[in-house]
Amino acid sequence: MAQMKFMCDAERCIECNGCVTACKNANDVEWGVQRRRVVTLDDGEPGEVSISVACMHCDDAPCMAVCPTDCFYKTDDGIVLHDKDLCIGCGYCLYACPFGAPQFPKQNAFGERGKMDKCTYCAGGPAETKEEEYQKYGANRIAEGKLPLCAEMCSTKALLAGDAQEVADIFRQRVVRRGHRDGGWSGNQRRERMRTGQGDDLSAADSLAYDAARQG
Amino acid sequence: MSHFIDRQSLWRLPLLALLLVVGLVLSQSVMAQADPEREAATAVPALDADTWRQVRSGETGPNFRDSRAGSDYNLVNASGETWRQLRNRWVSPFGLIVIGSMLVVIALFYVIIGRKDLSAPRTGRKLLRWPLVVRSLHWTVATLFIVLALTGLNLLYGKFVFRSLFGDAFWASMISVSKVAHNYLGPLFGILLVVLLLRLLKRNLPKRHDITWFMKGGGLVGKQHVDAGFANGGEKAWFWVLATVGILVIASGVVMDFPNYGQGRDTMQWANILHAVGALGLTALAFGHIYIGTIGSEGSLEGMTTGYVDETWAKDHHNLWYEEVKGEAVDEQTLADEAAEGTRSDPAPRSG
Repeated sequence: MAQMKFMCDAERCIECNGCVTACKNANDVEWGVQRRRVVTLDDGEPGEVSISVACMHCDDAPCMAVCPTDCFYKTDDGIVLHDKDLCIGCGYCLYACPFGAPQFPKQNAFGERGKMDKCTYCAGGPAETKEEEYQKYGANRIAEGKLPLCAEMCSTKALLAGDAQEVADIFRQRVVRRGHRDGGWSGNQRRERMRTGQGDDLSAADSLAYDAARQG
Repeated sequence: MSHFIDRQSLWRLPLLALLLVVGLVLSQSVMAQADPEREAATAVPALDADTWRQVRSGETGPNFRDSRAGSDYNLVNASGETWRQLRNRWVSPFGLIVIGSMLVVIALFYVIIGRKDLSAPRTGRKLLRWPLVVRSLHWTVATLFIVLALTGLNLLYGKFVFRSLFGDAFWASMISVSKVAHNYLGPLFGILLVVLLLRLLKRNLPKRHDITWFMKGGGLVGKQHVDAGFANGGEKAWFWVLATVGILVIASGVVMDFPNYGQGRDTMQWANILHAVGALGLTALAFGHIYIGTIGSEGSLEGMTTGYVDETWAKDHHNLWYEEVKGEAVDEQTLADEAAEGTRSDPAPRSG
């Protein structure tokens, strides 16, 4: 059984927000809701890092644990989905989520929340017809054998989606190629040089580009 | 010679063992302390520890960017897990335990000790205790309290019972109605409770004899009666619980009810915990209040339904108040006649 996961390679993310746009477009997401966001830490400083975040489809999902209506469920592929017919807009999933994934359309009086909306891993949700599914949850690309559009569209292949094992393998190969000392987020030679003020060495950038082209 | 050495080393053995144990414990704690620090230091040299501390704290600095409009969430929201554990592991089970034990205690009390009967036959002469305004307020607040308690309990525990019992379709409307009722009746309850509390404030200011009342357990057990004015120690305690915990529950409820004033997620998490703990506690205490007001003591309920109490009841439970107002006692028959004619004007000066 597959365990579908997202992984964002912060080394590659160039905060182009292509994933955000792709998601909005593929799922026809409601006005005011943005299922995916790109976070940049230390923006404008030498160590700037960007990472694309949406629902991480947790194994032990906090939203699922606190929902008063029990509207969440996990598919066989490990994707966390929710039933909008059961959602009451209490906001508890928003309190619990570590990634700020659940969002609520604000159309009612007194700031009352509408039905929660979050990333579905492009796997739709429970509905009678395909039209209803699209209207409520957006695209069901998984049913068509496709991966989420955000990852498919990522121009630098920073955002990876797929079975956890597969994603981990790709990332491990990248790490080996980059020659990191202890894991993917550290000891990058190009970054070390930049940090110590030795300038950007283009040969190292080449290696990254080669890596990008090869591992797709 | 060798014998001597053996002797010498013998006392060293326990010392050595002690050192070994101390060393092990120390190294463990040092490793445990160093680990997260080392992780942070080696994982991303480009991002300094301060940045990661900021990520974990949930705060956002000047160099934090989020492509989502109006988003003030950091990369990771660690407080969510704390809230989840507090709610699911502590508040939720202990709420049931507290309410359940209260019901058991009340049931046992009723079975073993039973109703508090009047010490003498009724005199048939009545004293006005609760004027119409107070009675209306009381019953409105009481009804809202019950509705809020039931819908609130449904929000916390309903999914474990009703979803499998009634099926998804019924459960969906049931929980949806619960939430809407809870959110819209809550503020109404808040306003009316404050009005009721203000109306009864003067009668509930603590007095010296309240201490004696509590020392003697309010005369709950046995035949004895303890000095009490218009409100006895127990009634005052309930008043002040509502005036403190009640207000806290209302305030925290309002924080969650109107998310359109820019309060953050962390604020709402704490509001939720305070709201749940306070409301579950109040629900448990409300059972005690309901018990004493109904089957727990003879002649109490009629005060809140008709507004009048019997002289005997007043003497038993509020002797100091009785001394103040005994001249105003009205005959039962006169009351009934006046009620039929509609001439009695409410409220009387010394009540409520």
